[in-house]
Amino acid sequence: MAQLTLKNIKKSFGDTPVLHDISLDVNDGEFVSLVGQSGCGKSTLLRIIAGLEQPDSGDVLINGQSMINAAPKDRNIAMVFQDYALYPHMSVGENMAMPLVMASLPLYARLPMMRSITPAGRKAQPEIRAAVEKVAKQLRIDHLLDRKPAQLSGGQRQRVALGRALVRDPQVFLMDEPLSNLDAKLRVQVRAEITELHASSGLTFVYVTHDQVEAMTMSSRVALLQTGHLLQVGTPNDLFSDPASRDVAQFIGSPEINIIGGESHGGQITIGEAQLPIDLGTTGPVQIGIRPETISIPNANGLVAAHAPKQGHMVTFNKRFIEDLGPEVLIHGAFAHAPDGIIRIRAQKSDAYNDARTLAQSGTLEVMLNPNQLLFFAADGQRLRPAMNAAKLAETA
Amino acid sequence: MAVSKLQRAQTRLAYLLVLPATLLILVIYIIPILFVFLGSLTDYTLVSNYYEFVGFENYQKMFGDKVFANALNNTFFYAVLFLPGAFVISLVIAIAIQEQKQFRSILEVLYFLPVTSTLAAMALVWAALMDSGQGVINNTFQLFGLPRVNWFGNEDVVLYSLAIISLWSIIGFNMVLFLAGLTSIPKNLYEAAALDGADHPLDKFFRVTWPMLGPTAMFVAVTSSITAFKLFDTVAILTQGGPDRASEVFLYLAFLEGFEYFNMGYSAALSLFFLGIIFFFALVQALFSDRNVHY
Repeated sequence: MAQLTLKNIKKSFGDTPVLHDISLDVNDGEFVSLVGQSGCGKSTLLRIIAGLEQPDSGDVLINGQSMINAAPKDRNIAMVFQDYALYPHMSVGENMAMPLVMASLPLYARLPMMRSITPAGRKAQPEIRAAVEKVAKQLRIDHLLDRKPAQLSGGQRQRVALGRALVRDPQVFLMDEPLSNLDAKLRVQVRAEITELHASSGLTFVYVTHDQVEAMTMSSRVALLQTGHLLQVGTPNDLFSDPASRDVAQFIGSPEINIIGGESHGGQITIGEAQLPIDLGTTGPVQIGIRPETISIPNANGLVAAHAPKQGHMVTFNKRFIEDLGPEVLIHGAFAHAPDGIIRIRAQKSDAYNDARTLAQSGTLEVMLNPNQLLFFAADGQRLRPAMNAAKLAETA
Repeated sequence: MAVSKLQRAQTRLAYLLVLPATLLILVIYIIPILFVFLGSLTDYTLVSNYYEFVGFENYQKMFGDKVFANALNNTFFYAVLFLPGAFVISLVIAIAIQEQKQFRSILEVLYFLPVTSTLAAMALVWAALMDSGQGVINNTFQLFGLPRVNWFGNEDVVLYSLAIISLWSIIGFNMVLFLAGLTSIPKNLYEAAALDGADHPLDKFFRVTWPMLGPTAMFVAVTSSITAFKLFDTVAILTQGGPDRASEVFLYLAFLEGFEYFNMGYSAALSLFFLGIIFFFALVQALFSDRNVHY
């Protein structure tokens, strides 16, 4: 049971700052993902939690106790490395036993060959074996205990790494991109297994990934990092539907959110020919974020938007090409008034849908935007919120 | 048939391509070894054109020869002095340098310098340093109240002196080999070890460094063993096998027999015996080096 607190963590490598004043609370039993593009500092932050890296300033607390001067082993933290970092010369069983051997034997009994000679070593041996076998059974790798890591598949190695972390009964479980070395199919499977492991163990998890899908599907909360700044922390749904800035909106969601330019003027927003009665309280250009699945095509051959509005504002859309993804299609094109901006529309197929080719016949479509589902950003990327409730505005429209 | 014609042309080309290497191996290794073997079956001497085949008489003589036994004895004793130092000191220095952040490249160069120098020339420098009368080392010993040592004149000391000089000249080379091995150990293994509780230097060494260094250690051990049995330059320059054959090592004996006493036949037999020893070490390495690779 552990509560993890990061307080004003700062870190630079030479003259390059990698973490700017990061503060984060991870509650007991929570699954928090640190997500961001490569180089955003997420792995460094994880290594600081583990004690493998020292921050320039700030503090790491576990259950309210400062851990900043504690050695990695004294933090009672387990970590799964990106490439698993299994000891290649040891069998699976020895790999998993390593933390227990280190914790339960005195130094002289840990020296080569001393484990089977010294009384302390002999006494601890059966306990260690039992603990390893228990965890191995739980992870379904008990038949592999005598193999070397090189003889295992990627998925099996992953499980051994998890086992080595689990066997010591840690307070906090850290994972550094543990799925990135697995193929797509296995990744989905292991993702589910890790989620299950989190649920059954009730441990506090901190999970680093660059893949927003992983972060969204597995976490109780997501912390989004960019160039060493913590952009937003919240539930996956918070980040998706209520992003604090354009960067967050663009990172979360696949396909990426459409960003187009518009004008805010006198309580109205102009997008091409459409006038939306939304008061941002500003005058001048604004950026408008439109999720691909919120644009609906009212008369389009059996396609429905995932979140189709009942009413909204019509905009003319020029199609370029269509990708058929099975249950849904992705229509690429641009709004007629802004032919340079790429717009993607994600629409689901209904029973009436027959072929993407019928859709491709006409070059333009009239699509509908729901003012309720639009996100507005200032020129610097900060979120702008309408002065009045957008839902009410939609009703009056 | 077109296919077989193509196949024949390819076979011809293949033989043509391996021909230069084959010729070189034949000329440089196989034929000379054959000649040495044939020579070892004769009583050929450098001072006479007349010789006859004597069968394995030279080999018989060798195994009954007290001088041969003495040389073999000296060589093994020297190897026992030299090898642990050549291995352990190099490894300790490599690990110490590996953990240095500052001055690392300067230290590497300093330790490697002896390797780049000509041992024959440096032997003379060592002779000056180890001079029993005026040598810096003996003077320093005296300064600290230690007894003066007759480095090259004392039968019981001379092999130690030679081992010290050889160590000085080989440690830099072995250190670079070990450094290469250490650098190739993934850093995250040490990090995993730190999290698992193996952060004591001894644990780090025995759990991660030593096992991961297996292939390098094997290579260093074998090449150092061969170097030990190849001891020649310093003996020839500094002691000429003396005093009283106390530093007469195997290769120096072969040289003496061949080029001082002109007994080429006997010298050839000694050389082949030496080749057998070297071949044994090479075989050990070839057999075991693959088995120690874990990744």
